[in-house]
Amino acid sequence: MSASADDAPLITGIGVVAPTGLGTADHWAAVLAGKSGIGPISRFDPATYPVRYAGEVPGFDTAAQVPSRLVTQTDRWTHLALAATADALEDAAVDPKQLPEFEMAVVTSSSSGGTEFGQHEMENLYQHDPSWVGAYQSIAWFYAATTGQVSIRHGMRGPCGVICCEQAGGLDAVGQSRRLLRRDARLVVTGGTDSSLCPYGVTAQLSSEGLSTVDDPLRAYLPFSADASGFLPGEGGAILITERPDALAERGGGRAYARVLGYAAGFDPAPGGDRPPVLTRTIERALADAGLRPQEVDVVFADASGVPQADAEEAAALRALFGAYGVPVTAPKTLTGRLYGGGAPLDVATAALALHHQVIPHTPGVPSARPEFGLDLVLDGPRPAALRTALIVARGYGGFNAALVLGAVPH
Amino acid sequence: MTRRAVITGIGVVAPGGPDREAFWDLLSAGRTATRRISLFDPTPFRSQVAAEVDFDPAARGLTDAQILRMDRAAQFAVVGAREAVEDSGIELDAVEPERIAVSIGSAVGCTMGLEQEYVTLSDGGRNWLVDHTKGVPHLYGYMVPSTLAVEVARDAGAEGPVALISTGCTSGLDSIGHAMQLIEEGSADVVLAGATDAPLSPITSACFDAIKATTPDNHRPESASRPFDRDRSGFVLAEGSAVLVLEEKSAAEARGAHIYAELVGFAGRSNAFHMTGLKADGREMAEAITRALAQAKLDPTAVGYINAHGSGTKQNDRHETAAFKRSLGDHAYRTPVSSIKSMVGHSLGAIGSIEVAASALALEHQVVPPTANLEVADAECDLDYVPKTAREHRMDVVLSVGSGFGGFQSAMLLARPGVVAYERS
Repeated sequence: MSASADDAPLITGIGVVAPTGLGTADHWAAVLAGKSGIGPISRFDPATYPVRYAGEVPGFDTAAQVPSRLVTQTDRWTHLALAATADALEDAAVDPKQLPEFEMAVVTSSSSGGTEFGQHEMENLYQHDPSWVGAYQSIAWFYAATTGQVSIRHGMRGPCGVICCEQAGGLDAVGQSRRLLRRDARLVVTGGTDSSLCPYGVTAQLSSEGLSTVDDPLRAYLPFSADASGFLPGEGGAILITERPDALAERGGGRAYARVLGYAAGFDPAPGGDRPPVLTRTIERALADAGLRPQEVDVVFADASGVPQADAEEAAALRALFGAYGVPVTAPKTLTGRLYGGGAPLDVATAALALHHQVIPHTPGVPSARPEFGLDLVLDGPRPAALRTALIVARGYGGFNAALVLGAVPH
Repeated sequence: MTRRAVITGIGVVAPGGPDREAFWDLLSAGRTATRRISLFDPTPFRSQVAAEVDFDPAARGLTDAQILRMDRAAQFAVVGAREAVEDSGIELDAVEPERIAVSIGSAVGCTMGLEQEYVTLSDGGRNWLVDHTKGVPHLYGYMVPSTLAVEVARDAGAEGPVALISTGCTSGLDSIGHAMQLIEEGSADVVLAGATDAPLSPITSACFDAIKATTPDNHRPESASRPFDRDRSGFVLAEGSAVLVLEEKSAAEARGAHIYAELVGFAGRSNAFHMTGLKADGREMAEAITRALAQAKLDPTAVGYINAHGSGTKQNDRHETAAFKRSLGDHAYRTPVSSIKSMVGHSLGAIGSIEVAASALALEHQVVPPTANLEVADAECDLDYVPKTAREHRMDVVLSVGSGFGGFQSAMLLARPGVVAYERS
């Protein structure tokens, strides 16, 4: 499967709509400054819920960011993706009208679809009758809404897709983009967003037993620490433009943030058995796919669940592969909370920016990692480093594991 | 050596019968399984007809805990996957778990579970601030459609790549296309690939009522699904699942497996036109078909049967009729085309996999299932739609297509084992 780095797909555009800010520049500045995007939930009154803080996208002006027709036809999850896609295309200096329509595709990850829209329409149905359910429920709630709307808005008629692997799905979407770029696509819009910060969405998330109920926005999500207690939810994510290098050259060249060098996915055995988690093997396969040895990995963007057992599993996998303190590990996602389908895409965006700027962002808020984890967790502030490669790890509810390897693009 | 994916096992949980054999009996007899909705009171709805599965999860081997935890869509998929594995004769325990993958499609995930829980937590829709203390432990499993793939993977002990593919009504073709890719690229040797949907609940009926996509022909439930007929009036909502065992061809041959079909081509295109509307020219579906043929290095004249999307909406029937002519030229007029949705309804994301299962069985039996209820074809639908009666037909290659909300258009080519001898591009 591995191809030479010269043929590897490139990330040529990034659009961020996240608790850390709107736009890549704001996001990267917030990451370097360790400026948290977590605050009290404002999208509904959380007073009666055990989780009252979340990472909300600040200052998202829906009317300004999303065409008015689409505002009413789609859920906030799709609004955020539409805005991020427009940003990413502009960032990549791509005008889709100038490119062959069947060679552009859209592949997004979705974790839970248009939850808030769906809750509203179920309320209409049960408070009234079927005639109160609006015409857009059929196209706003389902998991394919974002890919479909992005494809329509930008005239992309290639092999589009939607992958739902809970919080790992963002990496699988990038992996799928790479497959398409090797076959018949020249450009794939990928990544994803999520926004289920409505009462039903948060109630469902509570049942996953992953959320932290520590009632302090700065103490609730502290992955790998002795005080780890789960995580806080968030909304948003990132959209990435991935392109074949020859396609970029054909349209006159331009900046690329990173190369997509390797990818693998695996699935954990059911809990309670005697088989170990598959994370170590999944990372090994991604590295093999990239043609890299562990010592050639310069930074790991960890999944960093915050759930103590998951933290321990991930730390064990990283120790097994890289040795204790063998590679810098970071989790800037403490600034945003976990963004579900949008989380891994934002990690890919941040990792691509780290490679581009040659600096490892830190893990704000975490005072120290548990010593038994043997992690060189980057704390206190960004760490400048010569970065050739970055590994991104993502795991999803139920057993999903994915690993993606990015490579730097020489300036 | 080029790796290829073959179908060695088929499991079907469809309206009209509990398993694969009952499914094929229904199709080859041209019987319909559409009826007045019994899963909830359909009286307040415009469309009151559906194709329901008579399904007893305990009788199909699920435990009490599984029945409690799993949404109906998950139950279908797990039962379908078990049937497929048994049919294939493969000993999954003898395969490295990391070489077993799962690719399940679903358009609407665990809608029934989500809706039922919503009603409880919101006190019948009264409270926007739903009561989080009353949530069932598996509520989050309903919220994320990935649960459907999780349940199949855990049941089979798969540790390779596992994915839930959700591209609306092409989910079931796209999930098998994804699985095919996993085998071809070497990421897995065995894939449980299929799709499931169980959308027969008030919110789904209401949302299709709102756009008048489903039929109002409540007075004739048994013949309400009428693809290509001039009197068709929308699709009939349905539920169901099909799961296939896909294996790498040489491994399947080495263990002496029965091979139903080889998957020789798959492509998707999007119309980038409208979330629910279709242009009459069928251009993007034609492009998907042409690309799938090119991948298989097949001439359009190789196609012996087209398993149509045939949803029974006017715009679909005209759209895909145009797409077949555009991609196959005059050969379209010589090729039998049929829609099994006339018998088992439209189970959204699941139907694509159910139709691939039907296509594989059609190849196996050399019988084209009919388009039931087709009395007089729409004037603009002038192909051979195999009305009402199944037809014995010599065919080596079957084309199965799908079309979905979001603009997705997908095409898959299945071939009898051994007939496509050349290397695929």
